[in-house]
Amino acid sequence: MNINFIKTIKDNGIEVLSLIVAIAIWQLAADLIVQNKFKLPSFYDVIISFAAIVKSGLIFTDTLTSLIHFSIGIIAAFVIGIPLGIAMGWFKEANRAIDPIIEILRPIPPIAWIPFAIIWFGLTRQAAGFVVFVGMVFPIIINTYTGFKNVPKVYVEAARVLGCTRNLDLIRFIAIPSAMPSIVAGIRIAMGVGWMCLVAAEMFGSNSGLGYEIWHNYYMHRMDFVLVYMLLLGFVGLLIDRFFRYYVDAKLLRWTSGTVV
Amino acid sequence: MGRVSVKNVSRIFTKKEDKSGTEALHDVSFDVEDGEFICLLGPSGCGKTTLLRIAAGLETQTSGEITLNGVPITGPDPKRGMVFQQYSLFPWRTVIDNITFGLEMQGIKKAEARKQVEKYIDLVGLEQFKNSYPYELSGGMQQRAAIARALANEPEVLLMDEPFGALDAQTRNVLQDELLKIWEQKHVTFLFVTHSVDEAVVLSDRIVVMTSRPGRIKEIIKVELPRPRSRTSPEVNRLRDRILKLLEEERFSR
Repeated sequence: MNINFIKTIKDNGIEVLSLIVAIAIWQLAADLIVQNKFKLPSFYDVIISFAAIVKSGLIFTDTLTSLIHFSIGIIAAFVIGIPLGIAMGWFKEANRAIDPIIEILRPIPPIAWIPFAIIWFGLTRQAAGFVVFVGMVFPIIINTYTGFKNVPKVYVEAARVLGCTRNLDLIRFIAIPSAMPSIVAGIRIAMGVGWMCLVAAEMFGSNSGLGYEIWHNYYMHRMDFVLVYMLLLGFVGLLIDRFFRYYVDAKLLRWTSGTVV
Repeated sequence: MGRVSVKNVSRIFTKKEDKSGTEALHDVSFDVEDGEFICLLGPSGCGKTTLLRIAAGLETQTSGEITLNGVPITGPDPKRGMVFQQYSLFPWRTVIDNITFGLEMQGIKKAEARKQVEKYIDLVGLEQFKNSYPYELSGGMQQRAAIARALANEPEVLLMDEPFGALDAQTRNVLQDELLKIWEQKHVTFLFVTHSVDEAVVLSDRIVVMTSRPGRIKEIIKVELPRPRSRTSPEVNRLRDRILKLLEEERFSR
């Protein structure tokens, strides 16, 4: 274990050093130049605030709330986005029918849906989830569609001469696996957008969650807590992305030799 | 049993914009005996691939028909296996799962299908690579796997569209020899499209030489050389010379 630790330091020396220097500059700038905890909380302040929310348990409830909002959005976006993208990519008529609607709705920034989300769902989890959903669903539809459009013809023909002739079977056995790299790339983009929407949605349409805490603490003029929650949002977002990538590379896209996503 | 009969097949490709048509095939007729090895040879663009695709059911003729054992071909069917020029293994499936694909489509359980295709994996010599993904294989190995995948459905006819076209010359020769071994063991009718005279001479019982577009039959040549054939014997060279002259005529008659 000791050897591993030394090896890690050796391999990632530059990265670690860079982080330490950045934190040192931050701390010094806050202590010596700005000298105002309101305008720029120092690293130390942030650590203290972090300890406080861990102790009070707020960190866990808020993270959990945000993850629930995020899950509502992502599940809805999957359930609606993937079948729509498949239909559009596989059946020309479906594309002609659905595409105009999507092209009109898609440029509306997801955050602009917040008022209606609140009117429709109230200050509930579904309201925040809805805004996340709006942010996520379009990248998923479009990448699923693109993946389906680009299924190489030779795979479809090979499948047909091997006895796979029904549309449903061709979609299931050929098009979905072939389009998987594109779908997965869409999901990753969507998760980034969804995470951004989550913060905005919670600021206005929720009374808990990481995004809500940022706005709440801003009202309380506790900028050190604002910063803690900002960093937390970053870390949780990073973890979700890493976890997803790990899962996808190991399970879904092993055949691409890990070069696609 | 795999008796193929091509009767007066024509194919015209029409363009939507100007309603003009390109005639790819013009009144092609020939019969293929059960278990025969036929090569379709001709200049590029002569419609030989189109003819093969019609036989596969992937394309439709404008007039005429192709029958298998007297039954007209209307769509793809596992009885007619096909190997493509491009690498067509499904990259998301391992070699063995590619080969079991056809059986799975017939509703056979994966575990059972895996047992059944073992012999085809042995036949093409890919035991060591059966759990590899296609990207891990060389071009020659990928085409071997594609042949095994087509054979696993136990087809009556195997349609091959320049399957070795993308391979280097040495691999090509090796695969030709292996293909002949498979043919001898499996008693399958082969329809093999190629633009290589050498390949046609080494492989075929009969060579169907086609004209340039629109493709018609120029001559059907019976290859009566004993197998295994040498690639450089005087008889082989004489035959190659004769076919090359036929093709040369096509170049100038355009």
